[in-house]
Amino acid sequence: MREKKLQLVVTFHTTADAMAMEQACKEQHAPGRLIPVPRAISAGCGLAWCAGPECRETLKEIMQSTGIREEDMHECMV
Amino acid sequence: MIYFDNAATTVQKPRQVSEAVAEAMCSLGNAGRGVHEATLGASRVIFDTRKRLADFFHAESPKQIVFTMNSTESLNIAVKGILQSGDHVITTVLEHNSVLRPLYEMEKKGVELTFIQSDKKGCINPQDFEREIRENTRAVICTHGSNLTGNLVDISKIGEIAHRHGVLFCVDASQTAGVFPIDVQEMKIDILCFTGHKSLLGPQGTGGMYVREGVDVRPLLSGGSGVQTYSREHPAQMPTALEAGTLNGHGIAGLNAAIGYIQETGMDVIRNQEQALMKRFYDGVKEIPGVKIYGDFTTDCRCPIVALNLGDYDSSEVSDELFMSYGIATRPGAHCAPLMHQALGTVEQGAVRFSFSHYNTEEEIDAAVAALCELA
Repeated sequence: MREKKLQLVVTFHTTADAMAMEQACKEQHAPGRLIPVPRAISAGCGLAWCAGPECRETLKEIMQSTGIREEDMHECMV
Repeated sequence: MIYFDNAATTVQKPRQVSEAVAEAMCSLGNAGRGVHEATLGASRVIFDTRKRLADFFHAESPKQIVFTMNSTESLNIAVKGILQSGDHVITTVLEHNSVLRPLYEMEKKGVELTFIQSDKKGCINPQDFEREIRENTRAVICTHGSNLTGNLVDISKIGEIAHRHGVLFCVDASQTAGVFPIDVQEMKIDILCFTGHKSLLGPQGTGGMYVREGVDVRPLLSGGSGVQTYSREHPAQMPTALEAGTLNGHGIAGLNAAIGYIQETGMDVIRNQEQALMKRFYDGVKEIPGVKIYGDFTTDCRCPIVALNLGDYDSSEVSDELFMSYGIATRPGAHCAPLMHQALGTVEQGAVRFSFSHYNTEEEIDAAVAALCELA
């Protein structure tokens, strides 16, 4: 298995929000990718946006400017 | 990509399915609305599909086949259409949320629920249903095959028990329709719910249900029907009683072609290929140190699914690694089957589900086995 590293993981209430996040980040050339929600965060499945911890402010700005509401933001080993 | 998520939806479809959808989109009108050639074209395709499905499931008549958009819609119609406050329902821990959530909704409205428990391999004993039948038991609702473990349920035995006690028998055939023979008469099934986009190999947005003649199901929707326009009520006659609004004629044309493909190829041929692939995978991974497999593999007569975990690794991490490093698509997590995961003790870890199609190859199976050997 790949070595884990500290990442910023943004979770969403719906898949639609996660897809909107991917589209917004692609459009604005922001880093990251969609991953399955890690079980350390939730056992309830779904998609999360994963990027380096240094991207927090960039991602927050993108979400604010596009009206995407996150469920939560976590820093964890992924 | 090596696609092993066929229990979620089959990605590879017979070529004639997409051709039929494309042709339908260029020619079909709205079924049952008027009598010009375009509408008749749609009506004919839809009726022919109804007839094929009736033959497929041994229904007494094509009018007992209703089209919906998927199993979830069919199950909602069934659960909400046959139950009322004071009724008792027997179901199982194997069920998908498409059964559980409508039932929990009905529980809030006064319906009593009993869950048949499974053993450690995720198997249930049909005799347990008989012990739970009460005076007010209205229905037994259960899956034909677990979407998590792939275990089959002996619906013939359960149908016999339900029939003997005068209880409605509703079956969720999401994982089995198209690949396992289902005879609603012989199996004493009153309502059969199926989806078109999994092992029936049709387009997403197609599905349906069989409702035995004489079983009264309150409709979930009312509206346009193309007939009895001046009546304030939706027509009570089947199948229109449970079909309001324009049907997905384009998708149903694709489903028609898919059923044709299954009949030409042979359901047994498809099933045998899928089960052989499953067995090859199972035999390849069962001895890998740290691999834990869920479900009953004492029989090959099971859905082509292998759910497993690798040591203590988070299933979503393993699934992500399989895709990112090997291009192998699987499904991690809980699979919308919360009670099955509780029974297997996998709520925290989830499980990595590999589900196979007859379009998969032995080379793909061997690649997945090799990938798991490397990851273990």
